[in-house]
This record gives sequence, structure tokens and C-alpha cells, in this order.
Amino acid sequence: MKYRVTHITKYHYSKNVTLCHNVAHLLPRNTLRQTCDVSELKISPLPSNTSEWSDIFGNRQASFSIEKPHTELVVTATSEVEVSTASSLIDGAFPISWERAVEHLKTSTDPETIETRMYVLESEFIEFSDDIKNYSQKSFIPGRAILDVVEDLMHRIFKDFKYEPGFSSIATPLEEVLKHRKGVCQDFAHLAIACLRMQGVAARYVSGYLETIPPKGKKRLVGADASHAWFSVFVPHLGWVDFDPTNAKIPDEQHITAAWGRDYADVAPLKGVIFGGGDKNKLDVSVDVERI
Amino acid sequence: MSEAITESITPELSQLCRGYSSVAGHDEMCTADGDIRSHWHYLMQSLNGMGSGELQRRREEAWRLIRDNDVTYNIYGDMDSTSRPWKLDLVPLLIESEEWRNIEAGLMQRAELLNLVLLDLYGPRNLIKKGVIPPELVFSHPGFLNPCINMPILDSRALTFYAADLVRDASGQINVLSDRAQSPSGSGYALENRLVISRVLPSLFRDSHTHRLANFFRTSRHALNRLSPREGEEPNIVLLSPGPANEAYFEHAYLANYLGYTLVEGSDLTVRNNRVWLTTLEGLRPVDVILRRMDGAYCDPVELRGDSYLGVPGLTNVVRSGNVAVANPLGSGLLENPALISLLPELSKVLLGEELRVPSVPAWWCGDKLQCDYVLENLDRLVIKPVHPSIGFRFVFCAEMSKAKLEKLRQQIKAKPHLFVGQEAMTMSTVPILARDGLKPRHTVLRSFLVADEHDYMAMPGGLTRVSSEDNKLVVSNQAGGINKDTWVLATEPEKYVSLLSESRQARLAPDRGGEVPGRVADNMFWAGRYAERAESISRILRLVLQFIETGESEETQVFRRLLSTLTNQLTPYPYDSAAEDFNALEAEMMNVISGRMNPVSLTQTLFSLLRSVRSVRDRLSSDTWRIINLIDEELGSLRGISAQNLIDAMDEQDNLITALTAFTGLTLENMTRGRSWRFLDIGRRIERTLQISRLLQTTLIQESSEEDQILLSDSMLTIVDSLMSYRRRYRYGIKIPELLDLVIYDENNPRSLAFQLSKLERHIADLPQENESGSRNELERLTLETATLVRLADVNRLAQVNEDSGRRETLENFLNVLNTRLPALSDALTSTYFRTTETPHQLISLRSRVEQ
Repeated sequence: MKYRVTHITKYHYSKNVTLCHNVAHLLPRNTLRQTCDVSELKISPLPSNTSEWSDIFGNRQASFSIEKPHTELVVTATSEVEVSTASSLIDGAFPISWERAVEHLKTSTDPETIETRMYVLESEFIEFSDDIKNYSQKSFIPGRAILDVVEDLMHRIFKDFKYEPGFSSIATPLEEVLKHRKGVCQDFAHLAIACLRMQGVAARYVSGYLETIPPKGKKRLVGADASHAWFSVFVPHLGWVDFDPTNAKIPDEQHITAAWGRDYADVAPLKGVIFGGGDKNKLDVSVDVERI
Repeated sequence: MSEAITESITPELSQLCRGYSSVAGHDEMCTADGDIRSHWHYLMQSLNGMGSGELQRRREEAWRLIRDNDVTYNIYGDMDSTSRPWKLDLVPLLIESEEWRNIEAGLMQRAELLNLVLLDLYGPRNLIKKGVIPPELVFSHPGFLNPCINMPILDSRALTFYAADLVRDASGQINVLSDRAQSPSGSGYALENRLVISRVLPSLFRDSHTHRLANFFRTSRHALNRLSPREGEEPNIVLLSPGPANEAYFEHAYLANYLGYTLVEGSDLTVRNNRVWLTTLEGLRPVDVILRRMDGAYCDPVELRGDSYLGVPGLTNVVRSGNVAVANPLGSGLLENPALISLLPELSKVLLGEELRVPSVPAWWCGDKLQCDYVLENLDRLVIKPVHPSIGFRFVFCAEMSKAKLEKLRQQIKAKPHLFVGQEAMTMSTVPILARDGLKPRHTVLRSFLVADEHDYMAMPGGLTRVSSEDNKLVVSNQAGGINKDTWVLATEPEKYVSLLSESRQARLAPDRGGEVPGRVADNMFWAGRYAERAESISRILRLVLQFIETGESEETQVFRRLLSTLTNQLTPYPYDSAAEDFNALEAEMMNVISGRMNPVSLTQTLFSLLRSVRSVRDRLSSDTWRIINLIDEELGSLRGISAQNLIDAMDEQDNLITALTAFTGLTLENMTRGRSWRFLDIGRRIERTLQISRLLQTTLIQESSEEDQILLSDSMLTIVDSLMSYRRRYRYGIKIPELLDLVIYDENNPRSLAFQLSKLERHIADLPQENESGSRNELERLTLETATLVRLADVNRLAQVNEDSGRRETLENFLNVLNTRLPALSDALTSTYFRTTETPHQLISLRSRVEQ
């Protein structure tokens, strides 16, 4: 399937911003199941300087600065991404218990597997706690195949937690999400990652997009889509397998990956520092995923 | 040399080690048999020969020199004393040339090794991929800054500066206790120690053939020059400091001065057009190399720690683009992970094909199962260090812990083993310090400094020797209140004299680097000028009122309360209450003016603000000025001890304080180059003096008083503005208000008149840089002109007139009211034109925004 993704971020400032320096993770990377040949970052007002490099996770990171006074910043990322289906990858997997997967990760001398151990550690948004460990326990039945463990965990999060925009912010700690049993996609991804890492399984955060299909008989609304987040698990001999706890499904052709990292902090779509700007600033984000 | 001295060893000297009771372990001066080591003979002979009185005198001289230079090591969380002199012991640590050669070679190897580790971990990461360094050791360490991978390599020795803390074990072997690679501090203190000791023990120092330190700093300059991305031109280098609140701010200012670099804080730098610039009063100046004295993580809120207000937003990307160099490179703090210690022998084999030449104090990383078991089994006799201080503490001696605390630590380690390291609690060697009752042994740590040279690393022949503050204590740290020593590496033959002193004097003689004045510096200078003037004015009024309290007549109390109200801005009730009540009220007001807790313009608060301002620009002031600033600091201490009971003691303090403040004014007037920073100091002083005179006129002259009171008030006012003599010389018969106003307002020849202040101010403002983005300069010029004209056009006869109905000099009142609104506006215009060149930065994403689905 081929898509055109248009991700528009608009900041409106109540006072002039005289200078800003930003970092964006808005240009989709290539992955085993997707290629992005055409992509463009349009910035208004025109930046004085732009550059792109590959970060430690292999994502495309763009940096830009605007040095003239402005009250509006518009960043438009447009990309064409070809996505292939993922299920075939998993079908060929042989069952391996989660304990063996954990052991393999600890002892493997394969260079890539060794580096994967960075995804078992705590990170900015992934803080370990007894509550998280307790929650994860039910899925980690001794001897259970790793993929079954993760699938079970995904379904439990889907069932136990209520999707409720507005409840949590980026700063809401996992403990709170766990206590109130609600949140949004990034909370569910973070929670699953914490559960897995506490048991020694390598898990990473994936930021991206999801194609939404309009109800029958209705027209697709342009810009109604949103950025999305899910997680990915490292399975020995197989590689990384994605899971979407918000929709309780294994991502397929409708999931488009933008970037991945240890958690949200590594792949925030747009972050930066501004000088000036007042205290009534507005943010508008619109995403459009269109088949081409 | 040493043999000749061995022969002439005096009987007292041979007894020296016997009176000096040694604790367990190796002693640097005495052998186990109680003999003095040969390389200590000459020093000890000479010190002994001086006699205890002379030694005491020289010790005091050393402390005086330190205090005068305001050598401080700020202790965090100690709000009341923002600075305190650290202690310097007279007896240097001596190291023989031959032994030093071995230590030096070992440290050079270690620096080389750590450099290769750094290059690999921020480059191909082969050491991780091949399983030599476990990934947890790197990726969980807060010093590993992943945005800093694959940065341009400007020098094959990317690790420009390295320092090692060395200890000697009971067998006499030197070991590395810990590695410093973030932004090693202490070399400035080592230099300062050397300057002090070589001044108080000049001939002893000269005859001991001690290796000089200057070469190390020269090599440091070359190393930083080599990093410059601009070839062929003299690079612009700045020293980036977190600011005066940092514990080692003295050193930052000291080194910046010595090396001739501009001392900057993050807000002085800005990133534009993918380059780093220094914002000066004249505009932007490009920066090529940043000597970093700030933890890497705090250097850029865009890509590194977002909560940092200290750094330079956008810096990381400029470094990545190769347009600026930072030394040490961002991310070098990773090498301070004590867990690396256990891997170094292996790393040395892998990377250098050599054995490690200087061993480390044995350490075990709990991230490794076997090592962790060892640590937990031997916990009670080890030192536990987290891999990074942010994990909660720097280190703990388990032997000193209670059972319960030890158990808690054990659980902490078990929960997150990869974050902890156990290290042997080694009995460090002792070195003699000169205490009141003779020589005493103290445990010691030597910090040794290395810098990248063209083909190798170069070690400073010397270093910072620190000793424990108490007997038997193994904790040696400046934060725990330690004692420092100079470190002498003895040359076998006299070293060619490299002029360290003259070099340092040169660097210090030019503190004002002309145009390179960051707005922050101008701001602090301006406020230093204002606070100094304000303090002097408060002090003069206080002195007068205190004199009255001691000798005055009770019916005069009201007059003095009125005078005092100049400082409190509170109107004295009129007509007056009973005299006794008044007197008590006067005392209470005095206390409020001196040190009132809720009074933001109390004398102590003003002095505190003055000290804070000058400490923020310490690299701009001469050492003579520092001596005066220390006197002011001492007076502040005395004033804090004043209470209502000993109020009268405050009188002496006022005399001392006024002398010190006048000296400060005089010194800055006479000794500072008339550069931009001086100009801002004087602008501050002129604005404040205008305000003070104007307030004084308000409280003493607006309300008409009885003739008796008026004479007393006018006399007092003239005394305070130091113009009583000139008045008496000119007008011999009593007080006449128009004449008085002429002298204090109109007379441009009286340095304490309003007209004098404003004409100075006009000239200063005209000389300030024209080129400025903000466009508020016109406003500044207009305000100055208007205010000066207002004063020049003043008609003293009209100002002196009293309105019959109200009993007030209303024309004067209006005149002063206008003045009192203009001056703060002028101060604000100055601020917006020159000081606040940028707004404060903040994050684009507030933590409230969210991913939508």
C-alpha cells in the first residue's frame, strides 16, 4: 500500500518569537516493511538554517532555526511511504519461551543483539515500579512463548484501560495511568514497554501514523487523522515485532512508522526552544493519511 | 644535592619524625623506621630553621594572600556565606623527579586510553558491539549523551583535558582513585596555591628546584587553539561557566583571566546562522572554541537536558556542523563512570596492546553478576559509589554505616545493580600539615592534570594536593571543608626559569577587554555602582543618627526620625508624639534600616546585593579592588551581629564601611581602564546618587520646619552629602535655603550636586555604543537630556519658596517628584537597551501537548 502523509504543526504565539531552534522527527524512516522515497519538510517562516542527520536509533532528525521575529510557525511534513504487510514475517516464527528470549538477550554475542540491550533499561518516560511489575506478572506465565506473552499483554491493556484523550499529558507518570486505568496511545505504549523491560524483554517506542477508514457511506475527512504511537518487541532470531495496544492489533499495512526510540522523549515529532512568545500560545496539529 | 644535606642533618631534624605520630599506612615524609625521607630533608631543615613564630607569621601571610584574592570554594546550600576561603597549608607535598616520571608516564597512558574509549563510544561503538564494554554501563549512564554521537573530530585527542585523583597505598604504590573527564576542575586552584606559597616561601621555593606550572597552561592554550574550526586566524575562545552560584566560580574567573579568555555564562552566547556568537554591547562576536566548565548535559536545552537554563540553545547542532569546538567535548562525562575502572586493564590490552602502567584502587561493577556477588559479600568494608552522582550520592563508606542503613543500601544495589560500583576503602598515605602544635599527619589525595599536546598528553608537574580536615578521616574533599597544599615535583637540576609570575601579572593587568563586554557584565557593573552608592548613602545617614543617639537632646529626636525616613520611605507622623516613645521608635527604625528582615533596601541587603554583583564580574576587577571587597564583606558580617542592645557599636562599623566604600569608589575610579564596564559602573553610581540626593531633599526641605529644626536638618543633610564644608566656606552666616539649593542642585562644580551627576551621566550615555537592534536608545538619550535640562533650568529662589497655606515648598516638591519618576525610567531604558539582549528561552512543547490518538 502506498500513502501520502501530510503532518502539519502550527504554533501561534501571542507575542513575537525572536529566535527559535528546533528538532523534528517528522520524516519517516525506512524500515524492513516500509520505504519512504519522497519526503519534504516545509517551514514557514523560512528558516535561516536546516540540516538533517541520522540519530543513534537510525531516525531522520531534522534541525532548523528561525532568526526573524514571527508569531506563527508552520511546519509541514509531506511524505510518500510504501508499506508492505507484516503478518508474513511472524508466521515463520518458531515458538521461543519468554525466559529463553531474555536469556538469549543477556548472552548473545551478536553485535546487533548486544546493542539491543539498551531497550531493556529504564529511560526518561519508562520508570520501573512494583505496581508495573505486578501488572505485567499475569502475562508472564512460565514457559509461555514470547509472542504469546506480548499479545496477551497487549489485549489486557486494551481491555483494562480506557482510551480517554485529555486525561493524561506527556508529563503524566505511568503510575498515574496505571492507577486510573486510562490514557492515550503513548501512555499505553509506555506502559507495555515498562512491563516488558521489567521482565528483561527489549521493547521500544514507535511513533507514526494510522490510516483511518471512514464509516461506510461517509467520506474520508482530510486532516482528521492523527499521529499515533505503539511499541515493538525484540524476539530472538526474528527481530522486532510491532504491537498496537490502543487498537489491540498487530500493525499491518495501515501503520506507517515515523521514528523509534526508547520512549517518546527520543522521538518527539517537534521540539525546540523559543525566545519570546508570550504566555498564550496555541498549537494545532493536523495529520492526513491518504492512499495514492 | 640530597646527599650534601644528609650529611648536615641537624639533631632536631632527625627527631622530627618521632614527635610526629604517624597513623597507619605510608607516610610521605617519614619512613616506617622513623627516618625522614631524603627528598624532604631540605624543606624540613629550612622550615625548622625558621622557628615557630616565623612559620606562624608566614602562615598568616599565606591566608591573607588567599583572602585578598578572594579564593573561595563555594559550598552549595550555604546561603549566608556565599564564599569562604579554603585553607592552604604551608608544607607542600614533595615528589621526587624519578618517581614523578613513572607517575607521569602512567597518567599519559591512561589519558590516551580513555581518549580512545571516548572516540569509540561516540563513534563506531565497537567496544560495545564486540562485548568488551557492556551496553548497560554506557546506555544507563547520564553522562552518555546520545545526540553527541558521530560529531566531527577536530583533534585525534578529542579528550582535551583529563585529571586523575591519586592515592598511595600502604606499600607505597600510587593508584588512581577516580578519573575526571567531564570538565576537570582544580588546575586554577593548583596555580593559585603555587603563587601563594612561592610568595611566602620565596627562597625555599627557589632553592628546591621545583618544576614550574606555566608550561601546562601554555600547552592548554595551544590545545584549544588547535580545535578552532577557523584556520589561519587567531581563534576567539570563551570560558563557559554556570555562573557565580557554582562551587568553583572563583576558578572559572581566575583561569579565564590567566588564559586571557572572556568569561561567559550561557545567556551571553547565542546561536545564529549555525554559529555561536558572544553578545556584546557592540553586537555579536563569533566564538570558535568554548572551554566548558559546565556539565555536558546542561549545555543545550534543545537536544540535551531540556530543563537546563544554563546552556546555549542550539549548541549541539553547531558542534555537529563543525562550526564551533567544545572542550572537553560534549558527552565526555561518560568517562567518569567508576564502573569503567574494572575494565581498564582489559581495555588497555585491547586498545593499546599494553599493560596498564598505574593501577587503580580496585573496583567492582555490580552490573556484572560475579563482581556484584563479591561486592555484596564484602559490603561492610567497601566504599560504594553510584555510577553517577545524580543517582543520589557520590560515595559512602560502608564501614561507617549502621546495620539498617547498610541493609537498605544492599537492597538498593540488588534492585539496580548496574548503577553501583564497590571500591576498596584504601588507607591513603599521610602527609604532614603544619598545625598549631607542630606537624600532624593527614590522609591525602593528589589531583593530577593532563592536557592534550600535539603528539601526546602532557601532565602538569605538580597538582592539587588535598588533605582530610580531621585526623584519621579518609574523606578528602573540598566540599567537606578540606585543606589544600601546593605540590612540588623536585627537579634534579634547576629548571630554566619560565616566568609564571610575570605572565600571570600580565594577564591580570588587562581585566577589561575593551569591546568584549557581554550585556550581563554591563548589567552587573551598573548594579554594583548603584548598590555601592546606595550603601554609602545609607551608611552616612545611619552614622549621623547614631551620633545623635549617643549624644543628642531628646527634643531633637523627631528631626532624626525625619532624616531616617529618607531610608524607610515612611512618613513620620507630624506633629510629633511624646519624646520617649519617639526614641524607642527611632531605635526600632534604625534596626530595620540596618538589617530588617523584611526590608529589601536595608544596609545588609544592599551590601549583600553589592557583593553578589561584583562576584558575578570578578574577572573584571583588579586584585586591589578585591581586597576592598573583602573588607566590605567583613563589615557585612559585623553588621549582621548588631542588635538593638548593642546598636551603638554600629557606629564604628559605619566609619569602617564608609571608608571601605569610598576606597571601592576610589579604586574603580583610579585603577579601572575607562572601558565600557567602568562606564556602566559609573552610570549606576550617578543615577543612584541623584536619587539619594533627591530623597534627602524631600525629607529635609519640603516640609517647612521651625528655624531650629531647619538648621539641624540642613546641617545634617549637608553633612550627609559631604558638602557642609563647602557651604560654610561660601556662606558664613547660618543656613539660607536658596544658597543651599544652589550648592546641592545647581552647582556643577560640586561633585555631590544633582547637576554634576547629570552632566556626567549625559557624557557617559553619549559614549555608549550606537549600533543597537532594540531602537530604545533614542528613548534613553531623550530621558537623559530632559532630566539634565530640568536640573539646569531650576530656579533656586522659586524652589525655596514656601506655600503659605500648606506650609510646604511645593515647587521643590514638584521638581523632585518629576526627578523621581524620570530616574527609574532612565534606569529601565538603559536595561532594555543594553542588558536584556535576549528574552529568556523556554521549551516549545509544553508538557501539556500530547499525541492525539
